[in-house]
Amino acid sequence: MTQKRRNFLKKLIGTSAMSVLGTEIVFSNNMPKGYSPVILNSLDDNALEMLKKNKEMTILSDRPWNVEAPAHLLDDEVTPLDKMFVRNNGNPPENIDIKSWTLTIEGESAKTKKTFTLEQLKKQFKQYTYQIQLECGGNGRSGFVPQASGNQWSEGAINCAEWTGVRLKDVLNSVGIKDDAVYIGYFGKDTHLSGDPKKVTISRGVPIKKALEDESLLAWAVNGQEIPLMHGYPLRLILGGWPASVSGKWLEKIVVRNKVHDGEKMDGTHYRVPLYPIEPGGKAPDSDYRIIESMPVKSVITYPKTGAMIDDGKTLSLRGHAWAGDLEVSQMEISIDFGATWQKVSLQKPKNRLAWQHWSTEVKFPRKGYYEVWAKATDAKGIAQPMVIPAWNPAGYLNNSCHRIAIKVV
Amino acid sequence: MKKIMLVAALLSMVYLASLGKITPHPYSQKAIHADSTKGLDPETGLVIAKELDMVKAQCTGCHSSKMILQFRASREGWLERIRWMQRTQKLWDLGEAEPVVLDYLSKYYGPVKHAQRRQPLSNIQWYKLNK
Repeated sequence: MTQKRRNFLKKLIGTSAMSVLGTEIVFSNNMPKGYSPVILNSLDDNALEMLKKNKEMTILSDRPWNVEAPAHLLDDEVTPLDKMFVRNNGNPPENIDIKSWTLTIEGESAKTKKTFTLEQLKKQFKQYTYQIQLECGGNGRSGFVPQASGNQWSEGAINCAEWTGVRLKDVLNSVGIKDDAVYIGYFGKDTHLSGDPKKVTISRGVPIKKALEDESLLAWAVNGQEIPLMHGYPLRLILGGWPASVSGKWLEKIVVRNKVHDGEKMDGTHYRVPLYPIEPGGKAPDSDYRIIESMPVKSVITYPKTGAMIDDGKTLSLRGHAWAGDLEVSQMEISIDFGATWQKVSLQKPKNRLAWQHWSTEVKFPRKGYYEVWAKATDAKGIAQPMVIPAWNPAGYLNNSCHRIAIKVV
Repeated sequence: MKKIMLVAALLSMVYLASLGKITPHPYSQKAIHADSTKGLDPETGLVIAKELDMVKAQCTGCHSSKMILQFRASREGWLERIRWMQRTQKLWDLGEAEPVVLDYLSKYYGPVKHAQRRQPLSNIQWYKLNK
């Protein structure tokens, strides 16, 4: 299209919404404000279908893929694959050959270097299945003011699926760990967004103590199936209760380090928070940051979906999950009066350590009106979720403020 | 009349889609959430303005336009993101394009005022619950 024609059309329709799919939408000005054109939305629908994700999932970014679940989609006790959030830093590897895939264990604090095929891992070590909560360190980031940079997660960057694999400690012990071992770090086969094959997308890790826990797995299956490509096919490190970025996907190497692992995204404000609270929008020197370890206590209301209108006098059933990083949740409460009073609700034990816990209750509302249900969990050490946004930090981690839903009694 | 024109516009969009003008390719398609139609680029969902071509050339070649769409910051805030990408993500020197890109980002994706500690619940879609 010539510039002249473009200008002519601009004058004619008086709009800057010049083109959709290479041609003009005449009268696009007449579309109601707030209306999302069908095609733009259908792109997201197509993407979710391609990713085999529930169509109610929200795409935060498509390069790299970052997709979250609205809270009501997390209602299942074991999160189904199509409702698991996706947080990728780069592009998943292509042309994966499961037969030639290997995992190498090495590093200055490994007694030797060993390489395993997936078959060898499955045959040489005892297999375990655990239900493990994985939450993005930035879950809830959208609540911070001023806005913190990164994906603007709401509540849905959490899942709790059943992972099957071998214990990381069994594999590490078969290789041998030196006494000076401090940390492990992972490397995966994902590729950097810049396309530079030499650039590492992300390479994080945990202290050796966390690596040697019973629930720390090298997993090849989730919910009894192959791990989907977006979640780390064919092999993923699973380290529950910590920022999910330590659970490295497309895993090909683990290094046993004699110092804190210094891989990509272990420094700066990556998965690190100031040692002390700073004012919103403030800064702290790099030396005053700590690596996030166990995630804080948190809970979510998964039923009903926010926005429910119920008849006056009716009892409302409520349910959801609660989790507390490495710890167990000891108490769960809800409030229907903006936190003025709280009522304890029934809370189940976790299926195994590091699994989320289910809670449920019934509530009656005193009269017609607009209500919010707030949910608050308390961990085994007596630490509870804050009602307002917790300490602001530059990269917007650890917002574990109470989840809220809106209810109208009519 | 307006309604008829709207329907016509929508039908033409659906028709064009059926012609296969957009062929979503796994892992590379550009999926976007446009929240208004006051001049949004259909390819990226970004506000159409004179700087847009430059922004697309400098930014969305490498990453999703959603990385821009979901963030709001001052000129200094956006510059900090550019510097971070240059430090760690192999972003090139933007040269003369830098002020143009910053003009655009700070104008159309500048900071918005919020409640400080907790915002009111928003975007509630009310529905009748019968259970």
